[in-house]
Amino acid sequence: MKVLVAVKRVVDYNVKVRVKSDNSGVDIANVKMSMNPFDEIAVEEAVRLKEKGVVSEVIAVSCGVAQCQETLRTAMAIGADRGILVETTEELQPLAVAKLLKALVDKEQPGLVILGKQAIDDDCNQTGQMLAALADMPQATFASKVEVDTAGGINAMDKASVTREVDGGLETLSISLPAVITTDLRLNEPRYVTLPNIMKAKKKQLDVFKPEDLGVDVSPRIKTLKVVEPAKRSAGIKVPDVATLVDKLKNVAKAI
Amino acid sequence: MTSLVIAEHDNASIKGATLNTVTAAAAMGAEVHVLVAGHNAGAAAAAAAQIAGVSKVIHADGATLEAGLAENVAAQVLAIAANYTHILFPATAAGKNVAPRVAAKLDVGQISDITKVDSPDTFERPIYAGNAIATVQSTDAVKVITVRTTGFDAAASTGGSAAVETAAATSDSGKSSFVGREVTKSDRPELTAAKIIVSGGRALGSSEKFDEVMTPLADKLGAAIGASRAAVDAGYAANDLQVGQTGKIVAPQLYVACGISGAIQHLAGMKDSKVIVAINKDPEAPIFSVADFGLEADLFTAVPELVAAL
Repeated sequence: MKVLVAVKRVVDYNVKVRVKSDNSGVDIANVKMSMNPFDEIAVEEAVRLKEKGVVSEVIAVSCGVAQCQETLRTAMAIGADRGILVETTEELQPLAVAKLLKALVDKEQPGLVILGKQAIDDDCNQTGQMLAALADMPQATFASKVEVDTAGGINAMDKASVTREVDGGLETLSISLPAVITTDLRLNEPRYVTLPNIMKAKKKQLDVFKPEDLGVDVSPRIKTLKVVEPAKRSAGIKVPDVATLVDKLKNVAKAI
Repeated sequence: MTSLVIAEHDNASIKGATLNTVTAAAAMGAEVHVLVAGHNAGAAAAAAAQIAGVSKVIHADGATLEAGLAENVAAQVLAIAANYTHILFPATAAGKNVAPRVAAKLDVGQISDITKVDSPDTFERPIYAGNAIATVQSTDAVKVITVRTTGFDAAASTGGSAAVETAAATSDSGKSSFVGREVTKSDRPELTAAKIIVSGGRALGSSEKFDEVMTPLADKLGAAIGASRAAVDAGYAANDLQVGQTGKIVAPQLYVACGISGAIQHLAGMKDSKVIVAINKDPEAPIFSVADFGLEADLFTAVPELVAAL
């Protein structure tokens, strides 16, 4: 069984972004870029499934600018076998990415597609669910545990059990394969990539397509009119002790 | 122009997030209908009909809808989608799970987590963990939206008298099934609905200390308990208590952050709280920059003192 993993190149988790002065967007020039953290968890999960012998090949896919090749190399350093870049300089929105992934699903016929639940730049939380709908697959989003049912033998895996993070607790679903899974934080802890693996990743196969090659129209559906800084909270005060704090809460803020 | 709100419910009652979503739907300036898709959900449908501003409730009932499986609920929404210009879900775990399936099947982009309606096709939404607010315009005929509940007031749960119409439940997708649910039992208010939240960070040091220090304060204030991602990752608190960019987004009347440094991802989840109190022994902790009242102190002495003083 093949697994397709989608990885997105985003502004690094630790960077505090700045809004551009013309309000056209956020300034990402000369900012450190990394793999979306949830996607790293997705790659790790796919590689672990391969290490367990459940999966035969892990294919990492990224959609975007040429530099996404670096993101794919990171995925391959974690353990993905090969990479596919769908290269475009156009702005890609989740629906367009889902359509590109659907075209690759048709081509590669994976048993599982694993994606991060959300990208930390646009915070959309859409692509996995959209892909599942377009490919007519079942979905298990916000996964904290994935178990592929291997009872029928390694060549007859047709089900997986997935535990999901939902409001107020956990939920377990049984889904038939092929299926889409999106990862939540507690699914696993991605390994550190080692230098030998980074070197090995450089030699792995990486194919590049254009959206046109896949017959997908990626034009954006949602226009960004402006981007502004959020309203700032006015700076508060420091209180010297608990008694003052209680007094302020009772008599000034009237919060208790 | 008509808006459809997909109700969040437990078959017996309507969840609070539905009420905020109704307010967002009403801001489109058109009629608001509510879909209650569930099993034996007559009581929830009746409650939805009471919500002020709702003109019609569509009640789809069947065993296939009981567990809220994304495939089946999306199919149910799609069965009636042609009647609507706006389809709104609360941005809860359930809403986020289903909405993109509906959008993709309709071949429209989705606008996630809106915090403001500027016009029926233009919305504001936070990006980059709330470090920027984008104003976006949808060019699609149908707007599929998830609503950040803290951005909108709750509609009154009574005062409405909508007609309840029944719809046939769609058939099962056959591709997924519900196995079980582990619900965290708690007598405390739900995190996203609580008026007061006391939240603990990594400084608590262990799961035992987290409970020992935070529980009495929560009990005293009748508060919900939250946690930073650092505390959750360290195993001090359950994942569903996580407040932040990737956890719950909250905006209570009072938020008390204890031993939380205030990473931007955490601030993203709570900075719209009305009053913020920070207790931290690090004077440089970023949490102080958003706190109305900052107390620079060791939480292990300050929190018990606070409990005693309340």
